[in-house]
Amino acid sequence: MVEAKENPEAKPAVQSEGASQPAVPDRVHVWPYLVRNEFICAIIVMVILTVWSIMIDAPLEESANPTQTPNPSKAPWYFLGLQEMLVYFDPWFAGVVLPSLIIVGLMVIPYIDINPKGNGYYTFRERPFAIATFLFGFFFLWVSLIITGVFFRGPGWNLFWPWETWDPHLVVALTNVDLPAWGPFKWMGNPKVFGVEVIGFALIVLYFSTAVVFYYLRRDMSDAIRQLGPVRYGIVAFLFLTMMSLPIKAFLRLAFNIKYVWMTPWFNI
Amino acid sequence: MPNLSELKKKIVESQLWRSMFRHDYLDTPRNRVLQIMANVWLHLHPPKIRRHAIKLRFTWCMGGITFLMFLVTVVTGVILMFYYRPVAEYAYADMKYLQYDVPFGMIMRNMHRWAAHGMVITVWLHMFRVFMTGSYKAPREFNWVVGVILLTITLLLSFTGYLLPWDQLSIWAVTVGTNMARATPLLGSEGPFGEVVGVTPRYDARAFLLGGTLVGPPALLRFYVLHCIFLPILISLLMIVHFWRIRKDGGISGPL
Repeated sequence: MVEAKENPEAKPAVQSEGASQPAVPDRVHVWPYLVRNEFICAIIVMVILTVWSIMIDAPLEESANPTQTPNPSKAPWYFLGLQEMLVYFDPWFAGVVLPSLIIVGLMVIPYIDINPKGNGYYTFRERPFAIATFLFGFFFLWVSLIITGVFFRGPGWNLFWPWETWDPHLVVALTNVDLPAWGPFKWMGNPKVFGVEVIGFALIVLYFSTAVVFYYLRRDMSDAIRQLGPVRYGIVAFLFLTMMSLPIKAFLRLAFNIKYVWMTPWFNI
Repeated sequence: MPNLSELKKKIVESQLWRSMFRHDYLDTPRNRVLQIMANVWLHLHPPKIRRHAIKLRFTWCMGGITFLMFLVTVVTGVILMFYYRPVAEYAYADMKYLQYDVPFGMIMRNMHRWAAHGMVITVWLHMFRVFMTGSYKAPREFNWVVGVILLTITLLLSFTGYLLPWDQLSIWAVTVGTNMARATPLLGSEGPFGEVVGVTPRYDARAFLLGGTLVGPPALLRFYVLHCIFLPILISLLMIVHFWRIRKDGGISGPL
């Protein structure tokens, strides 16, 4: 009775297509059906955790010594994705702005994803963009960066294979250049033709304005864009492009040794 | 020999017994409901749920395991607190004491550490499952927001706990982490526009976090208080909201 009051619209879980809705929702008692599952699950997890804790000791290194810096100096593993981003971005961007955007970006998901389908069941076909983006962000940008940070980074934060010995003498200094000093732009910087910082600024403005242009071209043609509306679309586009800036920046660094795209006296991007 | 069933009746109908137990254990639909409703721990559940909600392949049990891991860290953490002093001179020695002298000390520390790691992983997988089933959609938007805050606090709890053993791993990992605070725009001495606002290395976001310019004794006390008092209270309050909202939003999500 209490339930009926709370969920007036409750409907059965499994329902064949086209079937009319039965009057009585398909429900089971929590005691014992759910409590039993929870209890068994808790026992299994506790057994695994206890055996694991008996077999494997938590790490404890030598006493803290502020005069002896280890190389590499790694953050806890769940933050190594962030530390990995420090390779490609300035600390203020990799360490503060991007993590904040990740948290805020996750929080706004329910408000920008207005697709009513796929609520409460597994589906890919009904929400391909949402799921593809999330999978990319979760596996490629978060889990794989953590794996890289844990297993493939050694002294000098250089790439090492897990089976390689960490020989600090192997470390070859990478010569990374900023975009204004790179390849075709080099002649502009020396002698300085005009404010070379403008190139980076223009590139970044161009990068983010693609979404605006796309919006204006497609606003009458695409149902998805029309339903999103300008504000939601703007947030989606900004978050998506900011997320994609990480793989783009990583590619520029690894392929062309480009360090920063936009240099200013106050910050670099 | 007294009549057993009469004795039982006497006990069960006594004022003392009835003040504690509100119903008997006969397997009737009414008792199945009361089992949940009259139990302070179980009444987070509704008395009945939709059939699909008990399927393992729908929920993966991840939210529940996260909560279980949290309970394990609370219990083992309190036990560790009996032996640990958050003072730079003693902290590391207390870890050794726990490891070699305290009965079951090492396994308590291991369980605390691995449960914390497990909690980080299960909270990610929980978020993953909730996203894949679209369970953040209306009317559960706000609970997703609460969940994201819980995820953040989980990471912060693990991070603040990292410093407490006061070994090399602790102070340098926390040095890496808090150096980022130094780069905060406007609030950090090395961040963009930091100079414009006038923050200095002794007076910026990082110094506020550490209670100084280095990871030293004041930082240990601050992280200890954050780890053992501030963040656990915060996460407990938000968990209450999180669980309460699940019920208010119509129970676990499902195809409507």
